[in-house]
Amino acid sequence: MHLSAQTHYQAELDAGRFAIQQCTACQQHVFTPRELCPHCGASPLRWIRPSGQGTVYSTTTIARKAEAGGDYNVALIDLDEDVRMMSRIEGIAPERVQIGMRVTAQTIQHNGKGLVVFHPAVNAPGEVA
Amino acid sequence: MSASLPSSSLDAAAANRALRGKVAIAGAATYGCGESPGMDDMTLLVRAAHAAVADAGLSMQDIDGLATCSVTASMWAMPVIEHLGINPTYIDGTMLGGSSFVAHLLPAMRALEAGQCKAVLICYGSAQRSGAAGRKDIVAARRTMDPQPYEHPYEPLLPASAYALAAQRHMHQYGTTREQLAEVAVAARAWAQLNPEAFMRDPLTIDDVLKARMVSSPLGVRDCCLVTDGAGAIVLTRADRAKDLPQPPVYILGSATACWNRQISCMPDLTVTSATQSGRQAFAMAGLTPADMDMAQLYDAFTINTLLFLEDLGFCRKGEGGSFVQGGAIAPGGRLAVNTNGGGLSCVHPGMYGVFLLIEAVRQLRGQAGQRQLARHRTAVVHGNGGTLSSQATAVLGNFTP
Repeated sequence: MHLSAQTHYQAELDAGRFAIQQCTACQQHVFTPRELCPHCGASPLRWIRPSGQGTVYSTTTIARKAEAGGDYNVALIDLDEDVRMMSRIEGIAPERVQIGMRVTAQTIQHNGKGLVVFHPAVNAPGEVA
Repeated sequence: MSASLPSSSLDAAAANRALRGKVAIAGAATYGCGESPGMDDMTLLVRAAHAAVADAGLSMQDIDGLATCSVTASMWAMPVIEHLGINPTYIDGTMLGGSSFVAHLLPAMRALEAGQCKAVLICYGSAQRSGAAGRKDIVAARRTMDPQPYEHPYEPLLPASAYALAAQRHMHQYGTTREQLAEVAVAARAWAQLNPEAFMRDPLTIDDVLKARMVSSPLGVRDCCLVTDGAGAIVLTRADRAKDLPQPPVYILGSATACWNRQISCMPDLTVTSATQSGRQAFAMAGLTPADMDMAQLYDAFTINTLLFLEDLGFCRKGEGGSFVQGGAIAPGGRLAVNTNGGGLSCVHPGMYGVFLLIEAVRQLRGQAGQRQLARHRTAVVHGNGGTLSSQATAVLGNFTP
């Protein structure tokens, strides 16, 4: 049965695997998951495993009361495969996340569902984009 | 991500120039701006619609075209038709977020020119501040009805966090400062102090904006638009008919709409909006340039918007929006009159603000703006934004025909 791209993406994440798409025609990577290549209109898109390496494109610290968990980070990350995604950077204070910082993806389980988050890359000093 | 920006091959001057100045805004009105306890969306809308039609010297039975949409009701045009008691032969329920009412202009112009209808009512109302369905309920319902599975799990505070991400990137890339963003809020407040209809009229300083409660960095609460009640409506007729109606006609000289993405994470470059496209096409249709504009009414849902739209519409170069607004440059007496009603930041913002941009431009172009009336008021650019920097709609207006 043909599953929606969203269903497949989430099922992979729920199994601990991070997958993105690549166009079988123009070879460009695609995120967010979808049916048609947004660059050339071709179909199908194949699923690949990204390197998990990326760079923070932008970042924000959202104010939240301490009793609700305190301030937290939301960031946009440009993967090395040249696609952008929303996520958050963990393992670092939210306000210390910097644009240009190199980060590595990790699949976690959150509220019973798989989710991709990022951590500052090990042994990779933050480059200034 | 290497940003390749979409580009349109439309020759707007060639495609739409024939419509330039052929349609006018003949009536305009607001109703219930600020706080309207005990009201609902429809009641506010109907009162504004009634007032706008009367302002045009028409009766509701003269309205045979309708353009409207709602944040919550996906079939909104139908109950509006019921409540107004009209039988429209032209109906536009296009919903592009806050830019919608500016985006409704060009199709309405075509319909009026084609003879599909004779008078189009563009209208909106929301009791978002006081009504039974509050903003939090609406946000929660939308998560179910209109899911964004690649953003919502990270709990961005939408829409604010989307604009915060754009502001952060603009600051990183161009050295824009929080003080420059604050200038936008301070200028809006200074205009609001001249407008008795504005919701927030207390004095506001740069320091007040910087010290205000943080929402989603770098945006604090004074970088964010109001949450008010309010309704607005305008009436369009052919220009030849508008000349015989009581109010001075405001001619639509150019109009265009563009959309490159829905989600902020799908926006190719957070420092460049599709206002570059809608602005270029609207100015090309009008045969005018930013330098010809006596005022700019720009959708200021957040302070970063005003900088982005000044750049993308061509009032300054990319990255120079911050320095453009410094020193009170867009406040009363500054080099460019921007958001002369006080904007979404200080005047009114009931969920979607687009129609209020048009109404303020109409009041200024007619010379009916009271204490805040501009001395030069022949031309205006109106720019609407929708979603999270997602849809952009531009209109060039004038009180003369080309």
